Amino acid sequence: MTIYTEEFRVERGNFQEAGSASSKIKRTLKKMGISPAIIREVAISSYELELNLVIHSLGGTLKLSIDGSQLLIISEDMGPGIGDIELVMQEGYSTASESVRAMGFGAGMGLPNIKRHSHEFSIESELNKSTRIVAKYNLI
Amino acid sequence: MTVKELCEKLGGKLLTQAGGDNDITCGCSCDLLSWVMAKGAPGCAWVTVQTHMNVIAVASLHDMACVICPEGLMPDENVLKKAEEEEIAVISSGDTGYAICCKMHEAGIMPER
Ligand SMILES: Nc1ncnc2c1ncn2[C@@H]1O[C@H](COP(=O)(O)OP(=O)(O)OP(=O)(O)O)[C@@H](O)[C@H]1O
Ligand SMILES: [Mg+2]
Repeated sequence: MTIYTEEFRVERGNFQEAGSASSKIKRTLKKMGISPAIIREVAISSYELELNLVIHSLGGTLKLSIDGSQLLIISEDMGPGIGDIELVMQEGYSTASESVRAMGFGAGMGLPNIKRHSHEFSIESELNKSTRIVAKYNLI
Repeated sequence: MTVKELCEKLGGKLLTQAGGDNDITCGCSCDLLSWVMAKGAPGCAWVTVQTHMNVIAVASLHDMACVICPEGLMPDENVLKKAEEEEIAVISSGDTGYAICCKMHEAGIMPER
């Protein structure tokens, strides 16, 4: 039973809007009275997933889903998919371009950060098709 | 210490109307955004040479007190507008990042927890 969902479209390359979905999710959680400690962890995951959609995907959606005791942040995109999941999970691994690195992205820290700051974390991906990443939090 | 008080001590320029009374609890200096995202803390005064929109997003997600641009760097108008909306103060200083950190330490601001 899902009692609350919120979904945001995230465009490839739109750095002006990047982070706005995460801000809205944070605002929602604040209104719901979720604990600040959990909100901080969720903000890290949603931000990193949102920026990965902007930088590395062809575009996709970021979704918040709450079903009472569980909170999910789900990123789904339209490609290009990830070939080697173990490789992209390595701290420091990044395929970010020079211009994106100059903006301070591309430390290869995003996905490891999400893993560290979530209760459960999963990546499903098919190369040349799509990627779905889920960060899960237990609220009680 | 408030952002306004720190700004005075730094001899910097407060570029936003909003956020001047934000309370500073700690400081950090880093230009890698996912690094700051992982370690950022509420009330932080963040020194960075990055001046684009996403700096405000990161600062806001962590409820930071202010962003400090070293070496006279100036964010664009639209970035400052976003900072106003999110109530994140932005300070510009002619000092280097290192000098700013030294002054913050003298002012009693400790590294982030
Ligand atoms: N949605 C995605 N689709 C395809 N590839 C992805 C996606 N998300 C991440 N990747 C790949 O995984 C790599 C590692 O991602 P991660 O978020 O850890 O680091 P980064 O985005 O490169 O740098 P940082 O997050 O530190 O700014 C990326 O460089 C990219 O190659
Ligand atoms: Mg990333």
